[in-house]
Amino acid sequence: MNDLQRSPPAANEVYRLPPPLFNARCKACWLLAGVALLIVLSFWTLDLKWAQFFSLDALRKMGRFVGELLHPAGEVAFLQKLLGATLETLAMSVLGTLIAAVLGLLLALPASQTHASDRARFKGLTRLLLNALRSIPELVWASLLLIAAGLGPFAGTLALALHTTGVLGRLFAEAIENAPEGAGFALRVRGIGEGRVFCYATLPQVLPQLLSYTLYRWENNIRAAAILGVVGAGGLGQMLAFHMGLFQMPETSSILLAMIVLVALVDAFSYLARHVMSR
Amino acid sequence: MTRTTLALPMRPELRDPAWRGRVFWALAALLLLWPALVLTEFKPWVLLEAGTLKSTLKFLGDFVPPKLEPEFLLMVARETWRTVAIATAGMVLALLLALPLTLLSVRALSISALSGRMALMPAVLRQGVRWLLILLRSVPELIWALVFVRVVGLGPTAGVLAIGLTYGGMLGKVYGEILESGESHVTASLLRNGSGRLQAFFYGLLPQNAAELTSYSVYRWECAIRSSVVLGFVGAGGLGQQMDASMKMFNGAEVSTMLLVFMALVWLADQASAWLRKALG
Repeated sequence: MNDLQRSPPAANEVYRLPPPLFNARCKACWLLAGVALLIVLSFWTLDLKWAQFFSLDALRKMGRFVGELLHPAGEVAFLQKLLGATLETLAMSVLGTLIAAVLGLLLALPASQTHASDRARFKGLTRLLLNALRSIPELVWASLLLIAAGLGPFAGTLALALHTTGVLGRLFAEAIENAPEGAGFALRVRGIGEGRVFCYATLPQVLPQLLSYTLYRWENNIRAAAILGVVGAGGLGQMLAFHMGLFQMPETSSILLAMIVLVALVDAFSYLARHVMSR
Repeated sequence: MTRTTLALPMRPELRDPAWRGRVFWALAALLLLWPALVLTEFKPWVLLEAGTLKSTLKFLGDFVPPKLEPEFLLMVARETWRTVAIATAGMVLALLLALPLTLLSVRALSISALSGRMALMPAVLRQGVRWLLILLRSVPELIWALVFVRVVGLGPTAGVLAIGLTYGGMLGKVYGEILESGESHVTASLLRNGSGRLQAFFYGLLPQNAAELTSYSVYRWECAIRSSVVLGFVGAGGLGQQMDASMKMFNGAEVSTMLLVFMALVWLADQASAWLRKALG
């Protein structure tokens, strides 16, 4: 009965009018208008010096920069210093990530609700702390820590550790919350304490995920460690800021090359490690 | 037989079958850690020395209450807007750079590839563009900013250019990956039936992937806001530059206000981007 009344679906909905150009209820139109306004206002309010950037003087400067960058410095004494700074950068990233992994795991425990009757009293507070740690970039942490830890790689390491703690803590907490509950439940109903439940049920299940998060953050941190030194926190960045400040372009070029090689090596290593782990 | 006799002296619940691996990895970690500790001059007790501790505590003590004078707040608001504006203008520049490069590098739009293998020249061109994108991406924006600050002087121009170049590389590379990971059937049939590459892009490739592309761009805009604060530290204008100046003068109250504003900004950008991406589905 009902089927008979319904008209067969048109192959092509010819009766429909084309959409109106502007419709006050169309959210996407408002959104697009907002984005356009934001863009126009951004360019309008910033005193951008395009004329200066495309001026002959600036172009000549850029040309000289690039020309000098093509001849990296290669004196033995300088290369030794460069190797030292590269190793320092590597050490900063490794140590910063390790500290962050440990602290992140410690903070992830109160920040996660493992089972339904877990009251997780400190969850909100710990998440707030993790978010605060995470929302301040490494470089800002580094320049804050320079006051407490002085110039040098120690401040950089701590800065990496603090920011990464925020990131890893949140990822770890989510991994712990999403772990299958069966094993933990089986131990819990036998009256085993929360600590041992975590060590023997939750941790073994989430460990591969935690490791892969940590490796991923290490890749990020090697990039961050390379540039952190620009504010004086050690490593390749400090050397870069120093030589670039003196306009010593050959040295700058070698440092940039060292950065790129270091990042590429770490990426390759991390890729291999993940490949081996996932096998 | 031997296994049982070996295992007997120990109580079974205390026996750890994996102890060799554990000991090995613990030793390896220590061995790796030692030079790292030396190289990074890891001396936590420096934090607790009388001199540094006093200045740290004084600096931190200034954090409360944050500076809330109307004049200062107005300046912070202006610099915050500049930070957002640098990020937005940089993203526009990045898009202008990324879109043509993406179109040049996407393999799905190759006409010669329709009949088996892509011809040599197009393949070389596409790979070349791809390498250019990777090169743009691999230099951190902070280093571009350092270079541009020396060319155009202090101010937002350097920040906009730095974000534009690095993010152009990132967007171009990821756009290419998104466009190629989708279903290529529609595009291929359009091309086979004689449509041009741009037509195939607008009617085949783009509608399928528009949501994902927009969502990734919004996410990158959020990242650009964060990085435009950081760029301020090398003199590219905005909130970061003011924060750097206040830190150098050990003015805890000002730093604390700006940190709070910055955290609020990041939170807002995070929420806006999450909402937009959810709305896009």
